[in-house]
Amino acid sequence: MSYETAVLSARFGLGPRADGSEPAGAEGLLTPLAGPDAIGARYPIAGYADIAPAAVELRRLNRARRDAASSDEEKTLRQERTQLLRQQRVRRAQDLGTVLARASETADPMRERLVRFWADHFTVVGKQTFLRTAVQSYVEEAIRPNVTARFADLLRAAILHPMMLAYLDQARAVGPNSEVGRRNPKRGLNENLARELLELHTLGVGGPYAQADVRQLAELLAGLSVRPSGEMIFAARRGEPGPETVLGRRYGRRAPKLEDIHEVLDDLARHEATARHIARKLAVHFVADTPDPALVDHVAARFSSTEGDLLAVYTALVEHPAAQASERQKAKMPWEFIATSLRLLGAPGRKLAETPLRDVRRHIYAPLTEMSQEWERPPGPDGWPEEAAHWISPQGLAGRISWAMGVPQILMGLGVALPDPRALVEGPLAPLAGDALRFAARAAETREDGVALVLLSPEFQRR
Amino acid sequence: MTVQDLSRRAFLTRTAALGCSAAASPWLTPVALASAPWDGRLIVIILRGGMDGIDALRPVGDPDFAGLRALEEPEIGDEAGFFALHPALAPLAPMWAAGHLSGVHAVSTPYRDRRSHFDGQDLLEAGTGFTPGAPRARDGWLNRLLQTVPGVAAETAFAVGQETLFLLSGAAPHASWAPEASVSLSPQAELLLGHLYAGDPLFAPAAAQALALSQEMEHTPSLAEMAEGETGMAMMAEMMEGRGGAAGGHLRLAEFVSGRMREETRIAAFSLNGWDTHNNQGRGLPRALTRLAEVLRALELGLGPVWGRTAVVAMTEFGRTVALNGTGGTDHGTGGAMFMAGGAVRGGRVHTRWPGLDAASLYDGRDLLPTADVRAYAAKVMEELFGLNRPVLQEAVFPGLEIGDLGPVLA
Repeated sequence: MSYETAVLSARFGLGPRADGSEPAGAEGLLTPLAGPDAIGARYPIAGYADIAPAAVELRRLNRARRDAASSDEEKTLRQERTQLLRQQRVRRAQDLGTVLARASETADPMRERLVRFWADHFTVVGKQTFLRTAVQSYVEEAIRPNVTARFADLLRAAILHPMMLAYLDQARAVGPNSEVGRRNPKRGLNENLARELLELHTLGVGGPYAQADVRQLAELLAGLSVRPSGEMIFAARRGEPGPETVLGRRYGRRAPKLEDIHEVLDDLARHEATARHIARKLAVHFVADTPDPALVDHVAARFSSTEGDLLAVYTALVEHPAAQASERQKAKMPWEFIATSLRLLGAPGRKLAETPLRDVRRHIYAPLTEMSQEWERPPGPDGWPEEAAHWISPQGLAGRISWAMGVPQILMGLGVALPDPRALVEGPLAPLAGDALRFAARAAETREDGVALVLLSPEFQRR
Repeated sequence: MTVQDLSRRAFLTRTAALGCSAAASPWLTPVALASAPWDGRLIVIILRGGMDGIDALRPVGDPDFAGLRALEEPEIGDEAGFFALHPALAPLAPMWAAGHLSGVHAVSTPYRDRRSHFDGQDLLEAGTGFTPGAPRARDGWLNRLLQTVPGVAAETAFAVGQETLFLLSGAAPHASWAPEASVSLSPQAELLLGHLYAGDPLFAPAAAQALALSQEMEHTPSLAEMAEGETGMAMMAEMMEGRGGAAGGHLRLAEFVSGRMREETRIAAFSLNGWDTHNNQGRGLPRALTRLAEVLRALELGLGPVWGRTAVVAMTEFGRTVALNGTGGTDHGTGGAMFMAGGAVRGGRVHTRWPGLDAASLYDGRDLLPTADVRAYAAKVMEELFGLNRPVLQEAVFPGLEIGDLGPVLA
């Protein structure tokens, strides 16, 4: 394995596994993406539709508790509710265990990186009790199946998902001249989703739109809502009578329809500004905080010429010389640091996927928070910051040091023997390890310290 | 002591322990010297969960109060006897009497009706964007304050605690540290890590500062050690009681903040949780208030000579319902209270335009009506403490805010 291949594997994939296997070059990364999602099938995560009944049950229990006839009845219902919420928390922890299981074992690692990238591009945060445990089910249902589709498919699946409609306050919006709006003058539009759709998801913050476009798009989106059972619906009674004009094009007639929304999303998906915005974001995430403009141009051109065929876009990204530069300017994000460490150390997927809640809290949730990336709690709809300097802060690095020092305990729980640090730098990390790292792996007082130093090295944390 | 001094001290201690020469150590990383733009100190505490202002700062003089809340006798009040502190805040009586603690009542952000913690806290920390669907701010108001000050150093402002504090997020540099974080490495591992990071512009300075801060936490005189004199010792003894002599997490926050603020740091922010008292708040609220009282007293103790130049502002995302609910608690409401403490504040009083608790005066028939914007008081503190002018406060820090005529809040 050459240095260049190892860099590419860390930059676009998840680096080597314990046995040293990793994708061979650009082709090794891209080819599996065109095939089926094998690792997703091996370690499944429930989609939103599968878990939505629990939300219905939770609402029923809340109502029943309020109307309980006796304190005994109330107590029973309360216990049922506590039990239900605990099940949801356990599921949430297992979802994270499964995310790590996939990362640890996959032979298609760029897919895992792309799922996290797009989940961040289309960030949702669960604001209510139940939704807080449902984020990965949104990712599984809306993002994952579409990361190799067309951008338009991905956009539609994410924007019209009940989690997104709830997160960006679309589910309650009402067109002021709609049937419902005329009867309830206090209810009205909410521009939140419309604005983020233009600013974050498609055209980008400097994009060619004005406040009037935001407003018109918000009118067009009015009517999107979520059924009590958790499905997305278009309630025409709340839709604003059209037509609306967005970016100079008219959409819809008098009667509001879901198809009008599909149409505007498709147009936004293939807009020139969207191509540039997505190209730049991909380059910033995978290659450099300030990417080479030639790289961005190249990827944007491929996006435009293929109408957002994402496989073609990724190929353009990986094949460009600037994406293969030997200097590694990015630092792994905390989730990635943990996932690639477990992968390097040979953590078994089955055990990871079944990690008990208590251990997920101790070994993953709490450390991620210490590294400044609380799981599923990005600071806003713009997702996590990208800059390497943001993550490698004194506090963030202190969190990584603590986690690395605790690795022996984690491996013990997973039934994995602690490797010899010298074997790591002479084996899977050989192409990347510099002299200081080779020396440290030999000179550490204990095997535990040695492994921690390998994980903490710039060679392992940069990509 | 500056971060540079700290790194050097930490480094000297370590090299001495290892018996190495200075030239061989990888840890000699230059760290920029902090320069403080002001002498005043501002500490912002976010009370997460929605503090019940009606219970924390009781309007005992309001004729409708007794009917809404059947409560034990309060202990400390303002001069007019209209407001009284919750008994769990009794340890703050000396601070109140010294004029170093004041209350603000019937305040809130402009956030209305939805009453979600998540949105309420985001907006409190963003300080702008209150119209539903308005552009969401990408930075917090304390960060925007820093953006208006040229040449501010990272150590000027500290976000303290493990969670990402949106209040300080943004383009202006600031430092962050969790007192719980500690880097405990064997001397050999530390030395090897230094060699691994030597010359790396990203990892070397971050690690040097992490080690320095972590070691400083071990070397900082603890609150117990700071507690000179009889009253100090008695205060600490009382706070440590029942904790096996160890400081709770909230006291560690206060300890760390005090240590930094006696040096180059001028702004610090952290959170205190546990205010969401839906059930039996007679039991839950005193715990949260006790922690707040302990934090304020620990800050007074820890800040020592700079307490006189300090203003602490404790604010929450919204108040709670005026009436108790069916389970002895209160639900999410609107208007609430905030506290200001520190030697710099004009204390012993409650700033308010009291709206009244009678049914007709309530907001939405259930909540205390906010008669002032909580941001206006935060802005007023910054105006008086840092000498910032109104255009900066009303356009850059809190876009769209009108501070209005509030009268002085600092001494």
